[in-house]
Amino acid sequence: MNLYYKAKKTTINTLTHLFLLTVAITCIYPLIWMVAASFKTQETIFSNTSLIPRKFHFENYYFAFTKGNFSRYFLNSIFYTVSVVSAVVIISSLSAYAFSRLRFPGRNIIFLVFIAAMMIPVPGSFVPLYVLLNKLRLRDTPLGYILCMINVGLPTSIFLLKTFFDTLSKDLEDAARIDGCSKLRIWWNIALPLSKPMLAVVVILNALNVWNEYVLALVIFDSKNLMPLQRALMMFRGEHVTDYPLLMAGLTITAVPIIIIYLIMQKYIVRGVSGILFG
Amino acid sequence: MKLKPTLSNYVFILPAVVIFTVFYIIPFLFILRVSFFDWDGIGNLNSAAFVGFDNFKEIFLHDSNWWQSIRNAGWITLIALTFQNVLAFLLAAACDRAVKFRNFYRAVFFIPPVLSEIVVGMVWRFIINDVDGANIVNNFLVNIGLGRFVHNWLSDPHTALNTIAIIHCWKGFGWAFLIFLAGLQTIPREFYEAARLDGANSWQLFKNITMPLLTPVVVLVAILTILGTMQSFVLILGLVGGELAGYTSVPVLRILTVMRDSSHFGYACALGINLGIILMAVSFIQYSFSRKARNYLG
Repeated sequence: MNLYYKAKKTTINTLTHLFLLTVAITCIYPLIWMVAASFKTQETIFSNTSLIPRKFHFENYYFAFTKGNFSRYFLNSIFYTVSVVSAVVIISSLSAYAFSRLRFPGRNIIFLVFIAAMMIPVPGSFVPLYVLLNKLRLRDTPLGYILCMINVGLPTSIFLLKTFFDTLSKDLEDAARIDGCSKLRIWWNIALPLSKPMLAVVVILNALNVWNEYVLALVIFDSKNLMPLQRALMMFRGEHVTDYPLLMAGLTITAVPIIIIYLIMQKYIVRGVSGILFG
Repeated sequence: MKLKPTLSNYVFILPAVVIFTVFYIIPFLFILRVSFFDWDGIGNLNSAAFVGFDNFKEIFLHDSNWWQSIRNAGWITLIALTFQNVLAFLLAAACDRAVKFRNFYRAVFFIPPVLSEIVVGMVWRFIINDVDGANIVNNFLVNIGLGRFVHNWLSDPHTALNTIAIIHCWKGFGWAFLIFLAGLQTIPREFYEAARLDGANSWQLFKNITMPLLTPVVVLVAILTILGTMQSFVLILGLVGGELAGYTSVPVLRILTVMRDSSHFGYACALGINLGIILMAVSFIQYSFSRKARNYLG
């Protein structure tokens, strides 16, 4: 009897792991393919379907970075990501602190409006943004794109930081206030350092969002040398439709940084997701 | 309350409120207004023709392209709701019990959601396409003796939409998995142990403990799936690129096309409102339905 249960348990365990492992391989396989193909040549890519190329051709990367202008697009993406993320961190933590700690008329209403924006879907919001940026003469400028992306990140970030500030004890801040510390300095010297774990969540979620963004980049940018990677990839594909090794090199350049950052900051994403959904 | 300190409190929220007003609230009101005009996006809106509800009449009476795109997205959503979410739930349940390597699996399952839709679309096109790609899937089918299923997955109108839906699920199931797993882990283990002692079998545990306690999470995942899938389109751009046809068109792509190709900005905004209202209605129905169900279950 005991043996029967043991055998049954082992079988179930093996099947469970088999199931999980199959899906895991399905997740990784296309990416390994992408990286492998980026080291092949146009001749070998269709004939040789092995995952490890016989000879590593770095020309694709060389071509992508130089003639393909990917060095430029890569720097653009980094510039947009860093600018948007730092602005979102400053602006959202300032207002989240106010929503959590300071008193002023209209506080709850304004906070609710931000939360509502998180929930109400506005499909096609790129149409009015296109018109607006044209009017402000900000279309096809980095500033226009950065401002739009800051706005995209604000509601969720404010919500996450506000709920986090609510859980922090006020003792330290009270002590600082009695010592004559200004509100702005309390925010900078006490609230921000204490909220580092949630700031990390805000940073990673926004970084993913900006790095992977395509639609606004499509609507806003006409100038090639301003484009971020995602937008450049689609344009690049139009010019090199069948040059798959080169395209795969471009895709690898785009995907690998974000995968590495994700693997390093994984636990913050999990925390962020449960923070947004379960409060 | 003293006036000056109160005013200085507003300074904290000023940057957020200004950006949010300019880039969210004004565009939002703008959509509502422009949808009543026949406007090309270039001239002055005040001199454009006010057409009342004509844009909406046109949508409901004549725009078969639009409803075709809604049907397409609806079909993809249906597959995501069933296939993707059931798979995600099974994986989460498996991960909830298989303690070994749980973090590894969780890390791997969330890699597709971390990638951009452009990258996913272009890589998968390469993997499945016969016309210009390496068609690894077809090669695989030939190798395992299923050569008769070899197919132009993306260019055949009969399979294109389902192919897109499957790839959409590949990219999206990690989200559902993560939420289900978080939900499962909030259920106290004592419930299961107590029921086991009372002689309940696995199915009874699932039916009487897991399901009722997880209903809010299931509804949440369903609503997020609907909102996300009905509005997604970049993946399709990455997959099929320039050669868009009616059978792979989805709503937001229609809005983009109407805006860029024919400059009917008023009409594009009306389409956006139409889809927004459909989505709000669907999530509201689901939400209230789940509340009823929960009351019924006690």
